[in-house]
Amino acid sequence: MFLDWLILEIRHMNIVRALKCRECGQEYAIEPTHVCEFCFGPLEVVYDYEKLDGYFTRDLIESRPQTMWRYKELLPINGEPTVGAQNGFTPLVRAKNLEKVLGVSELYIKNDSVCYPTLSFKDRVVSVALSKAVEFGFKTVACASTGNLAGSVAANAAAAGLESYVFIPHDLEQGKVLGAGIFGTKIIGIKGKYDDVNRLCSEVAGKYGWAFVNVNVRPFYAEGSKSLAYEMMEQLGWQAPKHVVVPMASGSLCTKVDKAIKEFIKLGLIEDNGTAVYGAQATGCSPISKSVKDGTDMIHPVHADTVAKSLAIGNPADGYYANRVIKESGGWAEDISDEEVIAAMKLLAETEGIFAETAGGVTLGCAKKLIESGKLPRDESIVLCITGNGLKTQEAIADAINKPRIINASLKEFDALADADGFDAAA
Amino acid sequence: MKLRVYLTFDESTVREPLIWKLGKKFDVITNIRTAEVKDHMGLVGLEIDGEDDVVEAATKWLIKQGVKVAPIEQDVIEG
Repeated sequence: MFLDWLILEIRHMNIVRALKCRECGQEYAIEPTHVCEFCFGPLEVVYDYEKLDGYFTRDLIESRPQTMWRYKELLPINGEPTVGAQNGFTPLVRAKNLEKVLGVSELYIKNDSVCYPTLSFKDRVVSVALSKAVEFGFKTVACASTGNLAGSVAANAAAAGLESYVFIPHDLEQGKVLGAGIFGTKIIGIKGKYDDVNRLCSEVAGKYGWAFVNVNVRPFYAEGSKSLAYEMMEQLGWQAPKHVVVPMASGSLCTKVDKAIKEFIKLGLIEDNGTAVYGAQATGCSPISKSVKDGTDMIHPVHADTVAKSLAIGNPADGYYANRVIKESGGWAEDISDEEVIAAMKLLAETEGIFAETAGGVTLGCAKKLIESGKLPRDESIVLCITGNGLKTQEAIADAINKPRIINASLKEFDALADADGFDAAA
Repeated sequence: MKLRVYLTFDESTVREPLIWKLGKKFDVITNIRTAEVKDHMGLVGLEIDGEDDVVEAATKWLIKQGVKVAPIEQDVIEG
C-alpha cells in the first residue's frame, strides 16, 4: 500500500527545482521569465536529480512510447505534455557509405530532418515551450523566425488550439511564409534592418501577455533540445558517442547536448565516455566558431551572410556557453564556405539518402573538415546532428543538382542514353 | 521606460567613455549591471531609464557612435 502510494507520488513528481542564473547563481521561482534581474544573465532550469534515484531506469524509459516524452522527468513540464505529445524519437542512422567516403570507422546521423510534425528539431523545443505555456495559462504564443521555428510554432499551436503570432522580416521569401501561414497563424512582416526587427520583437515580447517561445519561456523552450541527445544515447545502446558534432545558431543546442549527456551520467543511465562536443557554423555567420579558434570567450557579433539561414544568428545568446562547452569537453569548432555547405548537402543525400537543409550541410561539411585536420579522430564513434529537412531550403541547391536529360518518347534514344551510362539492354 | 540592453563596443569604441557621455547628453539614468572589457571589445549590460522618447533618442545616439545595441535577449529571430 505504502509502496503504491510512493510510486504514485514519484510518478507525478516534478523534479524541477527552480530557474537559476547561469552567471550569478541566483534562483527564481518557475515563472515565464528568462533573465536574471540582478546581472542580466540567462536563466536555466535546474532539477533535483536525486529524487529520481532508483526510479528513472532504462527499463522504465524503454517501456514508454517512442516519443521525446519518454524522458519527461528531465523536461520541465508538470505531468503529461499538452502540446506535441507525438514529437521526437527520430532515427539514428549508421552511415556506412559516408564512413567509407570520410575514412572513419563509426559514424551515425541523428536525423531530425524527419522530426514530427514540421521536419526540424524545433518541434522538440516548441512542444516543451508550448506545453509550459499552457501550464502557465497563456492563450497566445509567438515567435520571431525566418523559417523552421515559425513553422513549428504555427503547427504545434494550431494542433493545441492556441492562438499564434509569427514575426518575420517583411521581405522574407514567399515559400518560408507559406510554411507557417498554412497553419492559420497571424504573420506580421516587419520593415527595417535586422537589428531593428530584432529589437521590436523583444519589445513586443516584453509588452504583451503572450508566451514568446524564445524570449519569456526560453529557459523551458531550450530544455527541449536535450531530448535529441537522450534519444541519441539510448539508440546507441545506452552510451554516449566519443564525439558529437552540432550545428550552432544561438549555441543553445550545443550546451543542451552536453547537459543531457551529463544528466544521463549523473543518473547512472550511461558510463562517462568523455564525449567531446564540436560546433559547426557557416563562415558567413561564425561568431562562435571564430571565438573558439581565436581562443577568446567573448563573442563578437557579426552580420550574417550565408545560405545557411537557419543558423544565421549574428549575436548568439548562448554563444559564450557553447564556446565553454566545446573547450571543456575537448571538442572544437569549425566553419565552412557556402560552396562547401552545398557540396556537403549533396554528399549526405548521395551517400545516405538523407536530404538535409543547409544546416545539415554545415554540420557534415564541418565534420569533414575536422576529420581532415585531425581534430576529429577517424577510429572513434562520431554522431552528426542533422536538424532540418532539405525540402525547406531547395533554393540553395537548385543550381547544384543534375538537370534531367530530355529525350523524345523513343526507345532508341533511351538506349543511347543507357549505353552512355554503361548499361547493355541485352544483358 | 526602463530599457535593458547589451552594448557591444568594438576596437574603435571600447576606450571611449560613451556611457558617461550618454548620461551628460540625455536625461536618462544609466545603470551598469554587468560588464566585460578587453583590449579589442567590450560588452556591457545596461539599464537606461527615462521618458520613452528620450530613451529612444539615447539608443539612437549610441548606435550612431558605433555601438551595437541589442536587447538583453540578443538575437531573438531564429531560423
